[in-house]
Amino acid sequence: MSNTIPNNLNKVITAENLTKKFGHFTAVDNISFEVERGEIFGFLGANGAGKTTAMRMLCGLSIPTSGKGIVAGYDIGSQTEMVKKSIGYMSQKFSLYDDLKVWENIELFGGIYGMKDSEIKDKTDKLMKVLDFENERDKRVGSLPLGFKQKLAFSVSIFHSPQVVFLDEPTGGVDPITRRQFWELIYDATSRGITVFVTTHYMDEAEYCNRVSIMVDGKIEALDTPNNLKKQFNANSMDEVFQQLARKSTRKAD
Amino acid sequence: MKQLLSFVRKEFHHILRDRTTMMILLLMPIIQIILFGFAITTEVKNTHVAVLAPTNDEATRRITDKINASAYFDVVAKIHNTDEILPVFRDAKAKLVIVFEDHFAEKLRRTGTAHIQLIADATDPNAATSFSFYANNIIMDYQKELMAQNTIPYQIRPEIKMLYNPQMIGAFNFVPGVLGMIMILICAMMTSISIVREKEKGTMEILLVSPMKPIYIILSKITPYFVLSCVNFATIMLLSVYVLKVPIAGSLLSLVAVSLLYIFVSLALGLLVSTLTDSQQAAMLISGMGLMIPVMLLSGMIFPIENMPVPLQWLSNLIPARWYIQAVKTIMIKGLGITAALKEIAVLSTMSLVLIGISLKKFKIRLE
Repeated sequence: MSNTIPNNLNKVITAENLTKKFGHFTAVDNISFEVERGEIFGFLGANGAGKTTAMRMLCGLSIPTSGKGIVAGYDIGSQTEMVKKSIGYMSQKFSLYDDLKVWENIELFGGIYGMKDSEIKDKTDKLMKVLDFENERDKRVGSLPLGFKQKLAFSVSIFHSPQVVFLDEPTGGVDPITRRQFWELIYDATSRGITVFVTTHYMDEAEYCNRVSIMVDGKIEALDTPNNLKKQFNANSMDEVFQQLARKSTRKAD
Repeated sequence: MKQLLSFVRKEFHHILRDRTTMMILLLMPIIQIILFGFAITTEVKNTHVAVLAPTNDEATRRITDKINASAYFDVVAKIHNTDEILPVFRDAKAKLVIVFEDHFAEKLRRTGTAHIQLIADATDPNAATSFSFYANNIIMDYQKELMAQNTIPYQIRPEIKMLYNPQMIGAFNFVPGVLGMIMILICAMMTSISIVREKEKGTMEILLVSPMKPIYIILSKITPYFVLSCVNFATIMLLSVYVLKVPIAGSLLSLVAVSLLYIFVSLALGLLVSTLTDSQQAAMLISGMGLMIPVMLLSGMIFPIENMPVPLQWLSNLIPARWYIQAVKTIMIKGLGITAALKEIAVLSTMSLVLIGISLKKFKIRLE
């Protein structure tokens, strides 16, 4: 898969000295990092560390106060429209429409991303098979269990085959079995060349990532593979690594 | 375009699947028209009358029949002495008692003068004034008949003419009012609630991350409520023309044009409310307190603007419904051309431009 992608586009996300200030408060303080194509990039941090703000800037929802960001080859400050077309996004809140049927939700988002009807139909058929959702196709989303909904929301967020998908705490409140299935979907997406940028509170999930960054008080304090981080901090698990770093925080969690 | 269509379809799904809300929105104008048209009315209709005629003669019978025959009155009781008058009012049997003097017809024939007393229950002074005025007219009418027979050369009789609404039908006044209120309710309140709902549920975030242009989001939110308003406009028109018998005296085209302008103002207001609030309750409250009540009280729908204290009159200038109702009255009831409503049209156009300007500016493209 990776050899079909031009070399100059191997970096899907580049952040250079990205900063966001709200008045006197610096939510994101001068962060720089790169994410490779097809990578699962874990974006960790305590509540209020600035993860969501950073992610919003990368999605074109919020303009950086200073610094530069390139996502999918487009500048997040000046080419937000192109950025938006090339990314997928799944928020912490469940964000499909409860009063629409499963296939209607898919059709809606396919339409919003400008996909052709025939393409939407083919991909919906395939997706229903893969998720084993064929009996749920005509049900309203509001009537599905949470685990189903989360899997569907993720599938919808990558339905238009974006270059990168941003997942904001996607597995909150989901049982361990569904979480496992959810991560299988994530691996499946990366095998198709989609880069995954994920924030999470579950440290076992951090272990599933190729690389992990840990934000403390708006700054990136650590960035490496889970194994290297454990070595570097002389810890047995990502949880210990996180504890050591998070303790340095002076900012109150929100 | 595909984006817009998918999104508009979704908005229709939202509305069509929320049966309760949809039924309320579609039935509301019908219920309001019926309520205002038949239940809440200041018109005099079927007022109960008691008659005291000590001598039952040709003249008293004739007058009693004429009164009973009119749509304003029902003669419900005949009483026989003055002691019975007060109990009639006390037991609320009648609102008006007509008292003939003894030997009424005879006196009238012999002396040319006979007396009638009208005793009215004036707890509702306006109604009492109207129905005693009507009763008086009916009696005058009878007098006129008599005079015609006796060929008395001339007589002076004041004649009051009610312009535009000769029968003084209340519907002429409230149909424009209900139109003004329903439109603002559906366009402004429902639009704002449906936008705020997306914010509340978190779907707005997803939409803002998508390549969907904000103007498309706004357009597709507006479209279904626009259609709904048109349906309601048609319902109100049909009801008022065929059930309440309020004719459209002016051109239907001008009326539709002014209504479209008003719908536009209301939608802009809805957008503005949605940019100011983050929860459906707040949107409902602002639309309710901020739009509904001022529209009811200050638009001239219920209380005449000329009777308000001056500061309230100024305030009423800010209510779009005031101008719309005025324009509808001019076109629909008075039957004047659209040129007679130019001032109202100018005010509404200015309002819509200002509102759209502010709300588009405030509609948050980026979640900050």
